[in-house]
Formats: sequence, structure tokens, C-alpha cells
Amino acid sequence: MEAPVKTTHIMTINMGPQHPSTHGVLRLLLELDGEVIIKAMPHIGFLHRGVEKLAETKTYHQFIPLTDRLDYVAPFSNNLAYALAVEKLLGIEIPERAQHIRVLLCELTRISSHLLWLATHALDIGAMTVFFYCFRERETLYDLFELISGARMHTSFIRIGGIAKDLASGFLERTSKFVAEFPSRLNEYETLLTDNPIWKKRTVGVGVITAEDAINYGLSGPSLRGSGVNWDIRKSEPYSGYDKYHFTIPVGKNGDVYDRYCVRIEEMRQSNSIVRQAIDILPKGDITAHIPRVTLPPKEDVETKMEAMIHHFKLIIEGIRPPEGEVYVSIEAPKGELGFYIISDGSGCPYRLRIRPPSFVNLEALPKMVEGKLLPDVVATIGSLDIVLGEIDR
Amino acid sequence: MDNEAIAAVIKTRFSEAVTDSGIFRNELTFSIKKEYLIEIAGFLKNDKDLCFHFLSDLCGVDRVETDGVFEVVYHLYSIEKNHRVRIKVPISSAEPRIPTVTTIWKTADWHEREAYDMFGIIFEGHPDLRKILTPDDFEGYPLRKDYPADRRQPSTLYDRYRKGKE
Repeated sequence: MEAPVKTTHIMTINMGPQHPSTHGVLRLLLELDGEVIIKAMPHIGFLHRGVEKLAETKTYHQFIPLTDRLDYVAPFSNNLAYALAVEKLLGIEIPERAQHIRVLLCELTRISSHLLWLATHALDIGAMTVFFYCFRERETLYDLFELISGARMHTSFIRIGGIAKDLASGFLERTSKFVAEFPSRLNEYETLLTDNPIWKKRTVGVGVITAEDAINYGLSGPSLRGSGVNWDIRKSEPYSGYDKYHFTIPVGKNGDVYDRYCVRIEEMRQSNSIVRQAIDILPKGDITAHIPRVTLPPKEDVETKMEAMIHHFKLIIEGIRPPEGEVYVSIEAPKGELGFYIISDGSGCPYRLRIRPPSFVNLEALPKMVEGKLLPDVVATIGSLDIVLGEIDR
Repeated sequence: MDNEAIAAVIKTRFSEAVTDSGIFRNELTFSIKKEYLIEIAGFLKNDKDLCFHFLSDLCGVDRVETDGVFEVVYHLYSIEKNHRVRIKVPISSAEPRIPTVTTIWKTADWHEREAYDMFGIIFEGHPDLRKILTPDDFEGYPLRKDYPADRRQPSTLYDRYRKGKE
């Protein structure tokens, strides 16, 4: 809603970091004229952990658990982006089965990440029921993650050269059950929200950004596609065998909060279908590439064979040594383009590791979207960007 | 366009600006001189065959130990043409100054603030060059190689707010 400036009385207020709609430690400095935002200034420096610096002191394998802690609601995507970057640096291929499992897990992650977004976004705007429904489904997914990796959030499951271990027994059956049920659950959410007049009043025409501006501000993922730009890295630069799957990329028209909502809802449907396809075509075979000096030998060999034990020891202590060079690999994470830029100087630790976090860049466009609009629109717009502060303030 | 075609376009047009180029793992990299940055960036964005409208990433790299310079690295992508290029600009580490590209890609704003915060690189002409990730009274530049990874900041929150009040 556009509202004319009426008074000369400008008030500066802090929104966050304790405000529930700021999703973590984001603080917004707002200059208000009544309820109209004159200026919005995001302050994000509250939990910087120096992950990029830490990477320079760790071996390539040791960095994997730290990637979980970036976008902590989508750990598999972070693991994957990092592993793909190191694999590209090394120039290695990984087995088919591992690739399919990676895709399967990443799409489950996308669903779980979008569920958390939908839950909190709806709650921000005042729809409480959706919050409980989404958390119910998310719980099922977290049980699945726990089943295969032993952890609910920080899974650290993907390894350089493959994955940590094969799928636990019962995983595929339980996932199939989830996949079969989930579309009807999605319909439930949509019944509550999509045509709901209150929901539409709060979201249609709010937080608008045009396609041109969105590209200029570097938006990516559903936030960009809501503005009508058809760009998804799974299609444009397929990785991990995404070209073998059939799915469509939902695109919005107006670039408002409502379109971004619709795009994400449809993305969950597509992800669900990708998971179903992955289960159907999952081949048998190895889950890690057997490359000396890169991947660990099988556990049973380590316990029985001397060579395997030495090999294991050397890899753990010294780490892998990729050739000198630099790569930039990005994947379509739930929030957008997640990129890892790694410079190797041929030693056991990265010389420089740079993370291109989608939330950080998406948040940058927030002032553009809310200035001149009303205070409640800020709440709706932050939610529609789906930010995770762990990723913004690395 | 494939990597060779992009390389040919840039090399013929800016032969005097390009100091180094190469392809590693199918990724195209150019090192260019600082003076030509704005001209080249504008060309890359506006040329109708290249169309690099999307600045994927911008970051600093500390090469002081090997080359005695800082590098500013630009990762560009074209959504329309689906191709990528990496541009590297070495700058003196004693006086790390480089023109801003916020006039070309709006998204560079926060990236440049981050590079300023992490490396102390000054982006000339930046509209609002402030720290972004670390607190205002943070001392040093955490991503420089000479900043020790295990260092503690001298003034902790405890010292500032709680000491003597208990």
C-alpha cells in the first residue's frame, strides 16, 4: 500500500533483534512518518563467527560440519554445495547411487526449509494454524534425517566423493509414505491461505520488486522467480544429475509477497515429485568413489588391513591435497544461489574459502521493497524473503 | 557463448587491460588492471552478446604472502545467456583502494561493505561504506592472513558492560 507523507514528525525506531518477525538477530532501523517507512536500514552484525577464516585453518574434510551451521534449516544443501566445489577442484566423479541420494536428500531439505518458511511467514502475518500444521510435517522429515545421519539438524552427511553411509533400513519406505501423503497436506495449507481474503490483503501488491531490479540487486531463488525471472541452477547448470529428473520451475508475475508465496508452495510440490522419482530410479552400487588420497577406505578394511589403516590415518591427519587452482560452484539452495569459491594453493587447507550466501544478498533488497510502504508490510516482506541469519552473518 | 568466445571478445577489446587469463576446470578467469575496471565492468554488463547482468559474488582475497597484493574477485553470470566469467583485480596491499561497481550492479553494495570490513579494502565512490559483519569497535581485519585465527578482541562485552557492576 502506498501512503502519502502527511507529517513532518520523523520517528526512528528499532525493529528487532527480539521482534519475532525478524527471524533471528536482524535489527532494522526504521525511520517512520506515522506508519510510513521513510528509510529502512538493516543491521546484521550480531553473530559473525568468522567461518571463512576458520576454513583456512581446517582440512577440507574438517570443514564439512561447519557448512551445516550456515543455513541451519537446510544442512544438506550446504554440505552438497561445498562437496561439489571440492570435487570440482579435485576433478573427480562420484557414483550414480550417491548422486541420486544427494538429490533425494536435498529435495527433502528444500521441503523442510520451505515448511519452516511457510510456518513462520504465516505466523508473522497472523495465521497460527498453518504454523502447527507445517511443524507437524517438518517433524516427520527431521525424524527421517535422524534415521540416516543420527542428527536432526546438523547432519554433516555428504562427504567429498560421496556420502557418509548408505541409507538406513526403513528410510525409503518411510520417505515413500511421506511423499504419498504430502501433496494432500499442501492442499490443506492452500485451503487455509491461497484464496483467503485476509491473506491476500496482506500480501498482494506488498513488497513489490520488478524483474530488472531483482536481477540488479542480485536476488536469487524463489525471491527472484517471484518477479518472473525463470532462472533455476538445477535447470541452467545441472549438477548431481538433475537433468535426469522431470520437474518444472514455478515463476510469479508481479514480484510481490503473494507471488513469492505461490512460487514456494509450488516448489514444494515439484520437490516432492523429484523425491518420488529419485526413489523410483535409485540404482544399486557404491555410495562413495574409491579414490586414493581423497576418500576414506571402507570401515571394515580399516579394522582388518594395515594399508587401509595407514591410508585412513594419513587422510585424517593430513587431509586431501587438491591441485593449485580456484573454482566457483553454486547450487540452487532453498533460498537461492549458494556458491562456494575455493582457492587452493596445493596444501591441505583451503587458501581462501568464500561463501556466497543467498540470504545475505536477498536481504540487501529489503529497503528497496519497503521504503514508502507501511510498517506491517515490513513484517510481511521480511517473511517473504525467507532469510536465515546464520547464513547472513557468517 | 563458450569460454573461448568470451575470452576472445574481452582480449581483443581490452588487450592492454588484461594482464593474465586462463581456463581451469572449465572456468574462465581474467586478471585486469585497476584503471580499466569500471570500463570493463560496464562493457560486460551492457554488451548484447555478453549480458553479464548478474553479479553473483564479489570478494576480497589476501595474496600478500605470495604476490604482495590484495585481489578483488568478481563472479559474473548472465541469466539470459547462461555463461559465467571471473574477473580479478590485483590492488596494492599498502594502499588498498579500488573504484566501486555499485553504479553498475546494485548488489555490489553489501559485498563491498563486507570486503571493506574483512580486508580493509576501500571502495572509492561507495554510497555508504560502513562495517557490516563485525561490531563498530572491532580491531583489525579478520580475513587478512596476518590476523591470527585464534585472536581475541581486546575489549569484550564483559569488560565494557559488566565489570565493576557485579
